[in-house]
Amino acid sequence: MTQMENRPVPAQKPYLPAEVAELFPDELSREFWERAKRHELVFQQCARCQTFRHPPAPICHVCRSFEFQWTQVSGRGTVFSFTIVTHGVHPALLQSLPFNVILVEFPDAPGVRLVSNLIDTAPAEVKVNQAVELVWEDLDNGTTLPRFRRV
Amino acid sequence: MTIKDKAAIVGTGTSQFYRRGQAGPRTGLDFMLEATFNALDDSGLTVDDIDGFSYYAGGYDSGLLSQTLGIPEVRYSVSMTGGGGGSQGTVANAAAAVAAGYADVVLCVKGDAGLRRGMARPRAGRDAAGANAAPDRDFLHPFGLMSPGQTFALMARRHMEMFGTTTRQFGEVAVATRFHASRNPAALYREPITLEDHENSRMIADPLRLLDFCLETDGGTAVIVTSAERARDLRQRPVYVMAAAQGGHGRWGQGIFWQQMPEEYYASSGHRPLAQRLYAMAGVGPEDIDVAEMYDHFTPLVIMQLEDYGFCKIGEGGSYVEDEGIRWGQAKMPVNTHGGNLSEVYLLGLTHTIEAVRQLRGTSTSQVEGAEVALVTSGPGIMPTSAIILHN
Repeated sequence: MTQMENRPVPAQKPYLPAEVAELFPDELSREFWERAKRHELVFQQCARCQTFRHPPAPICHVCRSFEFQWTQVSGRGTVFSFTIVTHGVHPALLQSLPFNVILVEFPDAPGVRLVSNLIDTAPAEVKVNQAVELVWEDLDNGTTLPRFRRV
Repeated sequence: MTIKDKAAIVGTGTSQFYRRGQAGPRTGLDFMLEATFNALDDSGLTVDDIDGFSYYAGGYDSGLLSQTLGIPEVRYSVSMTGGGGGSQGTVANAAAAVAAGYADVVLCVKGDAGLRRGMARPRAGRDAAGANAAPDRDFLHPFGLMSPGQTFALMARRHMEMFGTTTRQFGEVAVATRFHASRNPAALYREPITLEDHENSRMIADPLRLLDFCLETDGGTAVIVTSAERARDLRQRPVYVMAAAQGGHGRWGQGIFWQQMPEEYYASSGHRPLAQRLYAMAGVGPEDIDVAEMYDHFTPLVIMQLEDYGFCKIGEGGSYVEDEGIRWGQAKMPVNTHGGNLSEVYLLGLTHTIEAVRQLRGTSTSQVEGAEVALVTSGPGIMPTSAIILHN
């Protein structure tokens, strides 16, 4: 998959506004967001036993090794579960209702789930086990978020 | 060695209950004091008898509480970690303190006034959703996942997908619980509802509707625990702590705000390991439970707890609430006979303990004839959670 294919369609509004996407990364999570800016979806992977983990943690929960690498995944996955949010709990999101929230699992990073959104999809068309692929959204505030579309 | 039957609940009390925004200038401390005095009156004990405190969900300042009450000497103070999952662990910790000889009379107490927010507002030091800025929230909030209702909706949807559970079955939990509230003069929401009312209530986070959500209310609760021996000489019939368990799957972890729970038990209440230990300590099984007061912040979680506590097989909780039922007067084992968090009042769990005590004293407004053994559970969501079995 080339970077070009990953680019969001220009001039489109982000799925949710940038106001809710102010990030507070720490030493562990910074790499995830820096790589996202380069349009690379990466997860921590134990260097000893290869177990993936997310969100970032200092050690592997299986072998307890401190050694890890960041491993890029293809971005193809499936929807594990979802909700359609129809009630605003944040002022900045009221104009975006209804929106979906999905949990994505990845065959090339077993054991981790990513919270995200499925773009270009009507509420009634969001399904569990739906095959999805990564699409990057570069926000005005400098944050890049991994979102998904149906395949 | 266990704490089985070593301690008893001898007094319970609440403050007046308020719908959110209607408590005026009253504070959490104010609610705690009112509930405590009512619990002391109930028990026949006095403030001077209290020598221990047990809390949960953030706890409270024992110094402030004891100086305010004028307690002669404090010998014990403890708080469960986590949130509403700690409510029954609070009673268990009090029983353990009594059994260990740390304290004689332990006050389990909680009071909330305006604690919970309405719509989130960004503030300095907080992230966009109003929560304390934390790196892990970066993986939730930018995608719009901000409230417990939304996170539990993900679990509910997964349960529906795996087992064919329906929103009508969620509705049965809401309707039965409101029916119980309609019989309880203290309940804040007493107008009976139908399955159609549930179906027509506003969708909040699909598949969860307004009537799948618990209330937002203010008030205080207090439960007094002492030794089984001392309990026999007090005002009320003792209600013994037969068993207690807390914790959960280690990889349940931060649960709803983490979303990495293993698939095997993702669509569950996270209570399965507790159920095993609880029944083992009590020496009873699900068939021996006469009434269950199960933490009901969201209707699907009652269904999942019925599965995890062995009242039906995993995946059959939805059909259980329709076929066996949980309504007083019909079900073999009614659930949330006070109206629960859904309809009586939402004060994070000790109201469930208080209703179990009523059942075992024979004073519930939906009394289970001859009730002897009651199960009381705490909030599923994050680890640790907790549960107790009481008997009379």
